[in-house]
Formats: sequence, structure tokens, C-alpha cells
Amino acid sequence: MSEHDHHHHDHDHSELSETELRVRALESILTEKGYVEAAALDAIVQAYETKIGPHNGARVVAKAWTDPAFKQALLEDASKAVGTLGHVSRVGDHLVAIENTPGRHNMVVCTLCSCYPWEMLGLPPVWYKASPYRSRAVKDPRGVLADFGVSLPKETEIRVWDSTAETRFLVLPMRPAGTEGWSEDQLAELVTRDSMIGTGFPKTPGALS
Amino acid sequence: MNGVHDMGGMDGFGKVEPEPNEPMFHEEWESRVLAMVRAMGAAGAFNIDASRFYRETLPPQVYLSSSYYKKWFLGLEALLLDKGFISKDDVAAGHAVAPAKSLKHGKFSIPDVERIMVRGKFGRTAPGLAKFKAGDRVRAKNIHPATHTRLPRYVRGHVGVVERDHGCHVFPDTVANDAGEHPQWLYTVVFDGRELWGPDSDPTIKVSIDAFEPYLEAV
Repeated sequence: MSEHDHHHHDHDHSELSETELRVRALESILTEKGYVEAAALDAIVQAYETKIGPHNGARVVAKAWTDPAFKQALLEDASKAVGTLGHVSRVGDHLVAIENTPGRHNMVVCTLCSCYPWEMLGLPPVWYKASPYRSRAVKDPRGVLADFGVSLPKETEIRVWDSTAETRFLVLPMRPAGTEGWSEDQLAELVTRDSMIGTGFPKTPGALS
Repeated sequence: MNGVHDMGGMDGFGKVEPEPNEPMFHEEWESRVLAMVRAMGAAGAFNIDASRFYRETLPPQVYLSSSYYKKWFLGLEALLLDKGFISKDDVAAGHAVAPAKSLKHGKFSIPDVERIMVRGKFGRTAPGLAKFKAGDRVRAKNIHPATHTRLPRYVRGHVGVVERDHGCHVFPDTVANDAGEHPQWLYTVVFDGRELWGPDSDPTIKVSIDAFEPYLEAV
């Protein structure tokens, strides 16, 4: 199809349907050439839909909140520490956990594309990959946090981690007050995806009931 | 390259708009694009930095007006055409009409799926001693490579402090162009907000990047 035809086509169909046709055509080409098995593509999608997600990161955070030795190991070498937990997805090398404290709040971005700890948090949300977040997070993090309805004391240091290499960052948020004696399972319920990116806080105990 | 993808510090893109209960994919084709990129990469058609570079080289107006997975699709198609895995005739026909090219790791099949759900390893044996250590003051070089680089523009020429040493990693600037892995020391370098954005910047902001040693010079 020529470039002219593409343009002509756009008048009759949405960009989406044209994209859909092109994607299907590429998949046909790749399978017919014997590069990929169509069923293997299905299996990849299924694996992303079922095996990864913020529940993995939440387990790690809840464990760190209840087990000081694990927390220390996590902050020293997150890939290694997470690897000792059998029940979360297998994490690759180069995971770095960064701890929020009363004096310092951490926030993660990838200004160049979309680098994100997939194994811990799943695939990134659209906003994480979109221009407003990528452009502003490093220059105006407080303004970005305000877009999420989050505000921090004006003296709190905000540390923004731009994921420019293959290192991946997981924010370890502060444990919410009023959760003394809670089990790991209960605590994991409080851990939100955004609290592990640094654009939100964990839920409060009251928010669960 | 100084492309529109390098958007740290740009103004005018508006507010961040989180979508409540966002689905993993908004359209089915997005999941197929993700799967094709992962499968063809794992089969050895390209490495992750090459796939990034092909998205970065999309025309700026296309980059800015395309959805995330549309960019992935356009980058994938361009890359596969360039490397000879597909031809223009294939694309025009919507089917394989030209002969296949052999893949480094062979056909991607179901048993390969588990392997790609774990991230690849980018750490490599150090070819020499690290030039910097935690606490060193360093300047991000004022360099403007025309090809793939992971040194964002907003830090170039600015002074920061080395905070962590991550060991030696594959160097994106060369591996993206099939010019070899050339492992380099990788450091987390922290910059003060005022150093990057001037005296009016919020004084409580610190920004770090992970910088490969060739991006840095001693101060």
C-alpha cells in the first residue's frame, strides 16, 4: 500500500482500525516466515496478564515492613533479596529498592522512554509512558505530585530517579501508622502501585474497611 | 540523538492524567505488538537498545502524536525492514512473499516464553578499574551523539555527585548500532535541582540519572 493510499484510507477509517490491520499483517508475515509461533505470542500476552503485576511489589514491601533483616537485605541488593522470596515472580538483575523516610520522598521516572520494574509492578500505566509525566517529573516533581492529589511538607527532600540504564527502581514507601501487629498479608493490601513509583502513598488502615 | 523522546525538563505537555482502573491493554492489537517485540528480540533479531533507537528515530511529529504501542509497532516494522527480516513487498502484500532470514536464536516458540519473563542480564566483567567512586564530583559531558545514547540532555554540562557504583554494564551507545557491548562502569549520579534548573528551582529537589562512565568527566 503506498503512502498516498494510507492517507486516503484515513478518511474512511479511524487510525486505530488501520493500525489494527497493519499489526495483523505484520503478525502474519512473522508467523509465515517461521520467526514466531502464533501460539507463543498468545502465551506471552497471557503471561503478562497473569504473572506480573503490583501484587508482586506489594509482597516485597509488606515483607520489608515486618522483617528488618529482609528490609536491610532489600536495600543492599534488591534483586538478591527478592530472589529469596519464592512466591513473587522471578526478578532479573539490577533491581534497586529506595526507601522513603520522613525527610525524603523518592519518585521514579524514565524521561527517555518507559523503563519500569515490570516484574514488581506489571506493565507501566499510560501516564508513566506519556509526555506530561516524563517531561515534568525531573523539573517540577511537586507539581506532578499535585496532579495525583499528593502533597508533601515543603521541607521534605524530593529525590527523582531517572531510569536511564538497565537498573530498575522500586520505592519502599513508609509503613502507614496504625498498623502495629498487622500480618504481611494485611499490610500488602495497603500497598498501591503508585506508592511504589513514588506518585502516591499506601492506603491508610481506615481506607480498607 | 537529540530527539523529542529526550523530554526531561520540557514544558507545555500539560497535566499528568492518571486513568482510574486502567486496563493492561486498551486495544487487543497493543498486546500483539508487545508480544511481537518481545518474541523477535528474544529470537535474536535485535537487542533492546536497537528497539529503543528505532522508536527514537521516528519523525518527531509521529513520535508525539502516536500512542505508546503505536510507536512500538512503527519502530518494530522499521527495524525489521532495515535488518532485512521483512521486506517492503511483504508489508505491501500483508503476507510473507520474500524468503525468511535466519534468526540468531531460531524460531520463537512456547518453551521460550518463560525465559523472556525474567529480565536479561546487562552486567559484564569489568575491562578495567572504575574511574570514579561514591562521593566524587563529576560533570556530565557536553556531548551530542547523533545516534542512541542514554545521557539525557537536561544534565549535560552539569555537575553532580557519584552516589552508587553499579558495576560494569553493556554500553547502549554501541550495542544499539550493532557495534558491540563495550561494557562500561555505571554510576548513579545525583544533581541538585538548582544546578539543573537554575536558582529559582525548588531547593528540595534532587535528580539522579544512571550514567555510563564515558558520559562523565572529573571536576
